[in-house]
Amino acid sequence: MKVNVTVMLKQGVLDPQGKAIARALHGLGFEGVEDVRAGKLIELDLAETNPDAARAAAEAMAQKLLANSVIESFRVELG
Amino acid sequence: MTHTIIDVALARQFGLSEAEYAKVLEIMGRVPSLTELGIFSVMWSEHCSYKSSRVWLKTLPTTAPWVIHGPGENAGVVDIGEGLAAIFKMESHNHPSFIEPFQGAATGVGGILRDVFTMGARPIANMNALRFGDPRLPVTKRVVDGVVRGIGGYGNCVGVPTVGGETNFHPSYNGNPLVNAMTVGIAAQDRIFLSAAAGIGNPVVYVGSKTGRDGIHGATMASAEFGADSEEKRPTVQVGDPFIEKLLIEACLELMATDAIVAIQDMGAAGLTSSSVEMAGKGGVGIELDLDAVPQRETGMSAYEMMLSESQERMLMVLRPDRADMAAAIFEKWDLDFAVIGHITDTGRIIVRHQGRVEADIALDPLAEAAPLYHRPYELTPRPAPLGAVPDPVGLGPALLTLIGSPDLCSRAWIWDQYDATVGGQTVKRPGAADAAIVRIEGSQRALAMTTDCTPRYCLADPEAGGAQAVAEAWRNITATGAKPLAITDNMNFGNPEKPVVMGQFVGAIKGMSAACRALDFPVVSGNVSLYNETEGQSILPTPAIGAIGVIEDAARAVGLALQPGLDLVVIGATTGELGQSLWLREVCGRQDGAPPLVDLAAERRHGDFVRRLIEQGKIAACHDVADGGLLVAVAEMALAGMTGAHLFPSAEGAKFWFGEDQSRYVLAVPHAAPVLAEAAQAGIPAAHIGSAGSSRLTLPDGNSISLNEIKASHEAFFAEWFA
Amino acid sequence: MLRAGIVMFPGINRERDIAIALTRSFGQKPVMLWHKDPSIEGIDLVVVPGGFSFGDYLRCGAMAAQSPIMRAVAAHAARGGYVLGVCNGFQILTEAGLLPGALLRNAGLRFLSMDCQLKVARADTAFTSHYQQNEVFRAPLAHGDGNYTASPDVLDRLEGENLVAFRYEGENPNGSARAIAGIYSPNLRVMGLMPHPENLVDPLMGGTDGKALFDSLAAAST
Repeated sequence: MKVNVTVMLKQGVLDPQGKAIARALHGLGFEGVEDVRAGKLIELDLAETNPDAARAAAEAMAQKLLANSVIESFRVELG
Repeated sequence: MTHTIIDVALARQFGLSEAEYAKVLEIMGRVPSLTELGIFSVMWSEHCSYKSSRVWLKTLPTTAPWVIHGPGENAGVVDIGEGLAAIFKMESHNHPSFIEPFQGAATGVGGILRDVFTMGARPIANMNALRFGDPRLPVTKRVVDGVVRGIGGYGNCVGVPTVGGETNFHPSYNGNPLVNAMTVGIAAQDRIFLSAAAGIGNPVVYVGSKTGRDGIHGATMASAEFGADSEEKRPTVQVGDPFIEKLLIEACLELMATDAIVAIQDMGAAGLTSSSVEMAGKGGVGIELDLDAVPQRETGMSAYEMMLSESQERMLMVLRPDRADMAAAIFEKWDLDFAVIGHITDTGRIIVRHQGRVEADIALDPLAEAAPLYHRPYELTPRPAPLGAVPDPVGLGPALLTLIGSPDLCSRAWIWDQYDATVGGQTVKRPGAADAAIVRIEGSQRALAMTTDCTPRYCLADPEAGGAQAVAEAWRNITATGAKPLAITDNMNFGNPEKPVVMGQFVGAIKGMSAACRALDFPVVSGNVSLYNETEGQSILPTPAIGAIGVIEDAARAVGLALQPGLDLVVIGATTGELGQSLWLREVCGRQDGAPPLVDLAAERRHGDFVRRLIEQGKIAACHDVADGGLLVAVAEMALAGMTGAHLFPSAEGAKFWFGEDQSRYVLAVPHAAPVLAEAAQAGIPAAHIGSAGSSRLTLPDGNSISLNEIKASHEAFFAEWFA
Repeated sequence: MLRAGIVMFPGINRERDIAIALTRSFGQKPVMLWHKDPSIEGIDLVVVPGGFSFGDYLRCGAMAAQSPIMRAVAAHAARGGYVLGVCNGFQILTEAGLLPGALLRNAGLRFLSMDCQLKVARADTAFTSHYQQNEVFRAPLAHGDGNYTASPDVLDRLEGENLVAFRYEGENPNGSARAIAGIYSPNLRVMGLMPHPENLVDPLMGGTDGKALFDSLAAAST
């Protein structure tokens, strides 16, 4: 089954990419963009069919490799 | 796909003319399959066949005692002593870089790297010659940003230092920027690999990345003018993977240390088609491919798609059959795909099988020999009338600050600072430190000097003078470091050759280049032609970009351009004040007219040989050629490089003398002017003592002075403000 | 003399540069180690060089940190062995947990290749004995992700325990917290830094400012 892992910089870690996107959006005339944060989305296609087991596997992967807990947090969603 | 009707209308869509399609029918004796039509269309495209340029390219000198392989191989090969060879080439990636600047530039770097390591060389340096549109346009900023990131992103990752290049701006490149990338590599002379296939029954092996639907018909796209619909061609742009390229370099060089490879060629434009057709054609053999064995990234790919895919980071090799397992193990170690996808035959035909069907069966000789060859009508550009007198509107100081801060002369540090110039640990002169970059050969005292040069505004006004000037300036830049110039690679960027005026620009430039190459013993050993650089009928400035290399036996003798306090400044070469087509005229007076300076090739050689000899004798502390902006700009550039001021002797000469762009001149910084002047007089070479170095100001010949910090601020403002 | 080994990951590209610098100072060539090797035999100093291991895809150093040899490098460090990580090597050491913190995108969001000035925080370690304390030296840098970050607690601890190796002097090129360019492990045996002293060990390349680091290691004892 498909599992999506979203990896974002932790709150409080400076996100210069997000800041740059926000600046660019303002520059393009998009008003009212209060904040932008940039992260990444990792799509996993797992052989596992049990949702709980798939979620557990994806969380283990995120902890081990996909996210760096020093600076990043992650969210696992079943597709 | 199987229901596609093959007819002249489809052939035209594929970029073949009616006459060319008739020739296809004649060769095949039947209606070709879609795959066969695809093969003909890419092999006969301008990009692969050089059909408009070939008759003229043949007139360029390509030999010298030190040339090992001239044009016709993946890159040029020259003897640099100690049993070593330098392998180098420059190639354009213009059209893709406008559609998608980052990926276009990145894959341009990847492609030229493969051309060089395919021949057995470890790449030791990259350079690039870039032309962008009007910097006031937002699109130009987007293209510059993407191209610079793309070049850096690829070169930095593969670990080949980017050590120099050039960047110009002109509105003619608004919709058609030029990205010309050059790679220089080093190989042992007895381990150079060529592309001619041999050995009936030998396996044909595919290595590298998997094949996807990238860039199908890139070669024909590079051979057509841009229209408003180019935006829609976006999905066909290839994406580069420098990580895979790095692995491919290491795996290929590891395999090249063995005796396994019979022939090797990278899959560049027109991918599997051009590599297999060229390898078999050059070897005078046949080739059979089984596309089911091709590593594929996408499902359901047709034979047509696989043969025309331009997926990056792929190579085709012919191996000795008893070495195939060993080769496979090397590629497995580097986690790269390795697949036997065919074999060499004695049929003289290319036969392509897919899913049990023969999708293409073409005799190779007629495919090559019947390739179109055009003697396009041309109209030579007449040499413009001389400029005549021009009043100086501002005086020396303000003009210097304007020039040194102008987009074409300002500091390129913003660009260089994004390119890793030191990886490899052999970069003796980094970007901006000398007229040519100097990269030492690991384990030797010897170093290579390299540069790229072209002055497109001269080439528009007088293509022949401009072609000669581009070659002469490259030779001069190599010379100014103390290196001996060896050979050049030419990247001919022009508009639509079907227009006689454009074809005339091409012919004129070739004539000028040819004369300069002969006079300076500076042969063309590789090159690339990029035509149809037009957007909605607007042609680019004719841009024959020259990449050049030279060798210096002792890298420690190479000189840069930085002034040091206490040195005397001597200008070598005569100054008559050539302001036609000069930057002063354009930037200060707002005019682009007059005739560009002519190069006196005999004087060029005399002056250069004289300067090089002085450098070899250790008599010169710094040296800089006089080019764009003229003498005063050259002195200011030397002052900035060393952050050391200079005092120029009072003189009544005005803008004409100080900003004229007369050729064949150098500014030398030497401990004492007198002996240099004496030697020059003895050699019959014009030389003049114009001032001395020291202090933190530049004192101008009119008595005014400017602080170096002010000059520096002006020099660095453009990019800093543009990308603030 | 320490026996030095250089770890090779796919995509690493400054292994030759490090080998040149080590050979110059040590008088002997280092051993090359392969990322799939499960163990390290007879090596006193492990160097993780710069480059783009595994393309720097996902995060710089993340995948290299998970490779077999890094378990052996961790064991070597736990035994008190010397480890030097430069640039991508520093990123790999932080990803592997051998050094604290992380390296983020440069504050300016561009790859930077230029010389920087480094201040030696302490000159009493195996890596810096040939420098003077507070000495400022020049080093090339070349990276897109050199912005050192760690929680305030970790930064306070690094400073409190005197574990900062180098600080950027003058301009802080990449936005690193407290201008930190390199750090030590608590036992001072593991060091990581972003700039490339190995690219300035030969007068021909513009100077020898970086050579003292390798001379220091050549003089270190196991």
